[in-house]
Amino acid sequence: MGNEIILKVRNLNVRLDYQSIIENLYFEVKKGEVLTILGPNGAGKSVLLKTLLGLLPCKGEIEWAKGIKIGYVPQRLPFIKDIPINIRDFFKLKHSSEKEAKEILNSVGYREDFLQKKIGDQSSGQFQRILIAWGLLGNPQVLLFDEPTTGVDISGEETIYKLPAELKEERDLTILLVTHDLSVVYKFSTDVLCLNKHPICHGPPQEVLTPESLRTLYAGEVKYYQHQH
Amino acid sequence: MEYQFPLSLVVGIFIGGAAGNLGSLMLSRRMALVAGPLGHLTLHGIALALIYGFDVSSGAFPFVIFGIVLIWLFEMRTKLSMEALTAVVFASGVAITFLFLPMDQAEAALVGDISRVRLAEAIISVVAAFLLFLVVHNIYPKIVLVNISEELAKSEEINIKKYNLIYLGCTAIIVALGVKMVGGLLTAALVAMSASAARNLGRNLAQYAFGAMIIGIISSFLGVLFFRLSGFPAGPLIIVASTLIFLISLIFRR
Repeated sequence: MGNEIILKVRNLNVRLDYQSIIENLYFEVKKGEVLTILGPNGAGKSVLLKTLLGLLPCKGEIEWAKGIKIGYVPQRLPFIKDIPINIRDFFKLKHSSEKEAKEILNSVGYREDFLQKKIGDQSSGQFQRILIAWGLLGNPQVLLFDEPTTGVDISGEETIYKLPAELKEERDLTILLVTHDLSVVYKFSTDVLCLNKHPICHGPPQEVLTPESLRTLYAGEVKYYQHQH
Repeated sequence: MEYQFPLSLVVGIFIGGAAGNLGSLMLSRRMALVAGPLGHLTLHGIALALIYGFDVSSGAFPFVIFGIVLIWLFEMRTKLSMEALTAVVFASGVAITFLFLPMDQAEAALVGDISRVRLAEAIISVVAAFLLFLVVHNIYPKIVLVNISEELAKSEEINIKKYNLIYLGCTAIIVALGVKMVGGLLTAALVAMSASAARNLGRNLAQYAFGAMIIGIISSFLGVLFFRLSGFPAGPLIIVASTLIFLISLIFRR
């Protein structure tokens, strides 16, 4: 991991539909880091990722290193199965050449002839790999993952998380990963950002994930399940 | 007139092809049925065109634009589902039209009449359908990505508002052209049927988009041909032909 800072976030505030989703967030990401954004459901993790991509309005400062290329792997694409589209077509929507499409497909573990497979025929796990390949098209230096195992069975989850870790070494990537799964943080991250509307902790998981910080992080979620008799 | 049949055939083929092609985009957006209420709204324009004797598409076009603005406003203001908006627009379109549409003209307004198309109208329709095909071909990959996910499209720096506007403009034109051929009642079927059949048969985007266009062309050709042979109105025959192709496509579904 280098010392070169590729992302600086200063005093980030996001409001959607008159509701505050993220407040007073500060953090930095260094080149080669695997930063996991951890938090309970509704904590603003996916919103943060989309805000970093410039997809949502915000207040504050988001500064990416100059000329950086970002790849985005969305959570899921429910409408894609309505369209008779094969993997080659899907990659072409991102202006990829045939050569690049084949290379990327190989690097996520598929043979070249997979390009002609219809996306609607793929299992959730296969589709997630295709989405990772989509994120890698255009040779980005940073990859943003939004809950990559949504809808994938447990046996497929491990593979999905292993893949970006392998690709990181192969392609010198910096990765920002959204998850609510604590085990992912220890296995695959160099750093963790705990978020529940406010930042709770930030740093190497072994140092910052204390019982205290986890209690604070998930406290917001607990209150939703309280029974009041 | 001797040239009337080939003229109707050419107009039908061009409009049917363009409608199928655009229909494949509309279907992938789950918006094929929007052509229905828009078609019904054009009934006012068609009625005026029939009463005062000008081109049906010219009468229909301003009403389609009005319909698009109306649906957009309803959606923004009420958050009603597309089905509810369809019902509102459909009902009002048909009810108001029949207040002043002469009953002897009702058939042409409801199911179209391509048999009376004049040379100038035919040239305008063919040119408009061809230009529409070019525009749709040009925006196709961008709109497909928007249809898959607006977020993904935004992350690829696609100007969604711009492409949506072009797409709606194309929808307005195809509805205005379509009502000439199949009337206000059957416009949704004109765009949806060929695309549905192509979706059953296609395994990739090119097969889907061009398949829908070819099925649109074949349906229109068969519809106008059977009109010539049987004397039944061409509009419903075109839709019956595309329905048959759709049923056949179910057998060969991939």
